[in-house]
Amino acid sequence: MILAIASGKGGTGKTSVAVALAQAATGKVQYVDCDVEAPNGHLFLHPAITERREACLPVPAVDAARCTGCGECARFCQYNALAALGTNVLTFPELCHGCGGCAKLCPAGAIREVPRRIGVVESGQAGTVRVTQGRLDVGHPAAPPLIRAVKRQAGADGLAILDCPPGTACPVVAAVRGCDALLLVTEPTPFGRHDLTLAVALARGLRLPLAVAINRCDTGDRQTEAYCRAEGLPVLLRLPDDRRVAEAYSRGEGMLAARPEWARLFRQLPAAMATLGQGGAP
Amino acid sequence: MKIAITTSGDSLAAPLDSRFGRAPRFLLLELADGSFTLVDNRQNLDAAQGAGIQAAQNLAATGARALITGHCGPKAFRVLQAAGIQVYTTPGAPTVAAAVEAYRAGRLQPLAAADVEGHWA
Amino acid sequence: MKELAIVSGKGGTGKTSVTASFAALAGGRAVLADCDVDAADLHLILAPTVVERQPFRGGHEAVIRQADCIGCGACLAHCRFEAVRMAADPEDATAPPRFTVEPTACEGCGACVRFCPVQAIAFPERECGEWRRSETRFGPLLHAQLGVAAENSGKLVSLVRRQARRQAEATGRDLILSDGPPGIGCPVIAALTGATLALAITEPTVAGEHDLERLLALARHFRLPVLVSVNKWDLNPAMAAQIEAAARRAGARIAGRIRYDRAVTTAQIRAQAVVEGPETGCAQDIRQLWATVLEALNG
Repeated sequence: MILAIASGKGGTGKTSVAVALAQAATGKVQYVDCDVEAPNGHLFLHPAITERREACLPVPAVDAARCTGCGECARFCQYNALAALGTNVLTFPELCHGCGGCAKLCPAGAIREVPRRIGVVESGQAGTVRVTQGRLDVGHPAAPPLIRAVKRQAGADGLAILDCPPGTACPVVAAVRGCDALLLVTEPTPFGRHDLTLAVALARGLRLPLAVAINRCDTGDRQTEAYCRAEGLPVLLRLPDDRRVAEAYSRGEGMLAARPEWARLFRQLPAAMATLGQGGAP
Repeated sequence: MKIAITTSGDSLAAPLDSRFGRAPRFLLLELADGSFTLVDNRQNLDAAQGAGIQAAQNLAATGARALITGHCGPKAFRVLQAAGIQVYTTPGAPTVAAAVEAYRAGRLQPLAAADVEGHWA
Repeated sequence: MKELAIVSGKGGTGKTSVTASFAALAGGRAVLADCDVDAADLHLILAPTVVERQPFRGGHEAVIRQADCIGCGACLAHCRFEAVRMAADPEDATAPPRFTVEPTACEGCGACVRFCPVQAIAFPERECGEWRRSETRFGPLLHAQLGVAAENSGKLVSLVRRQARRQAEATGRDLILSDGPPGIGCPVIAALTGATLALAITEPTVAGEHDLERLLALARHFRLPVLVSVNKWDLNPAMAAQIEAAARRAGARIAGRIRYDRAVTTAQIRAQAVVEGPETGCAQDIRQLWATVLEALNG
């Protein structure tokens, strides 16, 4: 089962929940860190990394000797990654999405694709949990290709927990697409609730089975609970605000280090997520 | 020799537009006789990214040898340089005519590099 | 024109809360920009009255015209983004399969459009969201809503900033305060390039430390000066000090700390900036931070 953990708002506890779930779950478990801009799971799981691979995007390289200056490549490219000045074709690989179109359409066969590094994918073991994570190179703008590369490393059997980036834009879509169920972690504040509504719209747009976890549930206001009730969203986890948990988190210790008794709350999650209908209807 | 000046207007009295990539048009002036044409640059309005790159290609196709504008980012600069177009900036010139006057009088310095950081998009 | 970009690396450190208070303290001098376009929250405090809204169009998307499709699958073969779905024809098992493009996965590259042998794929412009210009009790606000699962968040951020700049010029203001997104990807890059100064808000945790380091590397890449402030510093003073030391080594300046206070959440629930509420220690910390930031902007 592929279980994605996302949020909308940043800082609600996605990584905390994902790590606790990885530690509490039984059987074959993988933790997959898809927040490639700011991957944090490793800070809590301490995996021994044994595999490290560069992730690359195929970008154009133009053979000036073959180029006839027709300009087709530059006209085709939607991202202005190619600028044609006669037979002098400039490339802007940082703008390239790696679609391969230019190389295929060049009538002179003057364009070949060369790999451009965008980041790394690493894997290793943390006790019984297999950890896979991606780390985007600083300065490289686009996370989705690396997120897809990270997900390809995730194995097909057992439980795969995908720790997703914050927000609702294309990195999140790349991370949550194709999961079996999505757990949205929120906090009961106005910002948390507002961003939750955006994340729910995203999940429903992607037709993903959906549930909610409310972190620091005894703080803030009652609006988030009311919203979940009104929308028929199952709240499968409620975690109280806990100073010991916050302090442990600040030191790089997971929730279960401070509150081991919470393990049973996490252990029941995968089975509960597996029975969800689509779109959050119970 | 033709030079191009970024503008939102349609004559020498028009204001200089300090943007390059997203300037609505270029006034393309033939220095020898003072005649000019207007070149539309609005393909960039909805460009997802790299508006300056498109504008630079657009300009290169006109045969202009120099550009006067307000600022030039690194991607646009790279294309203009490759196209052999000398870039001058004069954010202070109020009109196209004033910019041309400054250019003719030799008061404008050509850029050796982009003078502003690019907008990512 | 000066622009302050408030960023963090890690999400949830308090960027929006700080921006709202800075807006209150700026005394009408600033134009506010909410650059966290796919999870914008600043308006929840600022209660804007929308004066202008415009659709935001970015790029294109591929749409297969089913009536013209011959079911050859060239589109699926060419798509690098797993955006083409193939399904058996529900009405006729002997017919060729149906192909459709998933809009949330399509990156608008145009490859399928180009290589479809019968030109059966349309390539309309994509409407990705909306940007808005509003009035608030602290001054003009430029903000946006990116469409659900939409692309081009970086472009929308650039657009919001451009409009903020226009508004500042039009109203004789010389300062833009931008509430930035988390992370270090294209919306953050779009928020940072060309700004005068970045203020990085972090928290005294290993995750905060880790993500700040990446953000500072990004700022160095763009040669942008950075001020750092540890929010909720008293939750782990040793970690706060460690983060500040590392930030200094990375070339950033420490602008001051903000203490933890539940009043921040209370203010949010009341749709108030922290400094509009009771004068707590936390509010004092934010005022002090603003003073330091102003000095850095003017200097």
